[in-house]
Amino acid sequence: MSTSTSLSDTATQNDFAMTERDRELILATQAGLPLASDPWAELGKQLDMGADEVLARFQAMQQAGVIRRVAAVPDHYRLGYRYNGMTVWDVADDRIAELGTAIGELPFVSHCYRRPRHLPYWSFNLFAMVHGTTREEVEDKAAQIRAVLGDACQQHTILYSSAILKKTGLRLRK
Amino acid sequence: MRLDHTDQQLINHFQRHLPVCERPYLEMSRQLGISEQEVIERLQSLQSRDVVGRVGSVFEHSQAGASLLAAVAAPEEQMDLVAARINRAPGVNHNYAREHTYNLWFVITAPDHELLEEHLDELERELKLSMLRLPMVEGYHIDLGFDIDWEALS
Repeated sequence: MSTSTSLSDTATQNDFAMTERDRELILATQAGLPLASDPWAELGKQLDMGADEVLARFQAMQQAGVIRRVAAVPDHYRLGYRYNGMTVWDVADDRIAELGTAIGELPFVSHCYRRPRHLPYWSFNLFAMVHGTTREEVEDKAAQIRAVLGDACQQHTILYSSAILKKTGLRLRK
Repeated sequence: MRLDHTDQQLINHFQRHLPVCERPYLEMSRQLGISEQEVIERLQSLQSRDVVGRVGSVFEHSQAGASLLAAVAAPEEQMDLVAARINRAPGVNHNYAREHTYNLWFVITAPDHELLEEHLDELERELKLSMLRLPMVEGYHIDLGFDIDWEALS
């Protein structure tokens, strides 16, 4: 499963006119969908809306791409993935679209983005996040990425995280 | 953290997408072969153990305005101080220490690009450290999780 978006095609999302009620609904669901048999009715009680309307608005926002997905997102560190490696690659510009897509499709890559270089300080333009229970596991996954990139990649490195100093989900401000 | 088979299945099936329908937990329960009540209880339990953060919506970042990944190379002995200052800056929602010359990596958001640049300029002046500003140019795979290798974890 992979998604590809670029800065240029966000226009379709911006066509969706978010109403005040939609914002209220987003704020109400930011802490999570209520764990109840009918979560929409629970939200409706808070927002003074019918369950049907809550669900319809939620689905419309999902359709429009405002809400990307709803998921039970696990904490990988708690599960035992102690090693988080941000692998960064210096990939030929004329091949990055094709190769970025291929790397993004690898089952163990959780994020894969193209970002600008800042020469001479920073020469890496492709970022792929991988996770492992050991450093060796991260290195093995990086080797698989390396094999896909082949001679289109000049150099790469892995930046292991040593501490999470702040982590909060994206929040919409009131 | 050891999870039983059903919890593992629950994460495998729903870490990327949950059904957005009238009775989402009932729909999930059918796929898992357990009752709706058990789905709800298992999600509560996973949350209370901090294995699952929240059953939540993931918003499109571009809808929240502008955001980018930035990095600074903080002198080792000043790392805590620099990190604390970064965390106080408006709109910073992630900050990771990483083993590299550029040792602090953070995501910052603002209502628009101008404000974002202003906040970063101000931070750069205060820290007296040059900063890498690395906005996403293209996303090939955006935070959809990855397949959990339960055997490797056990």
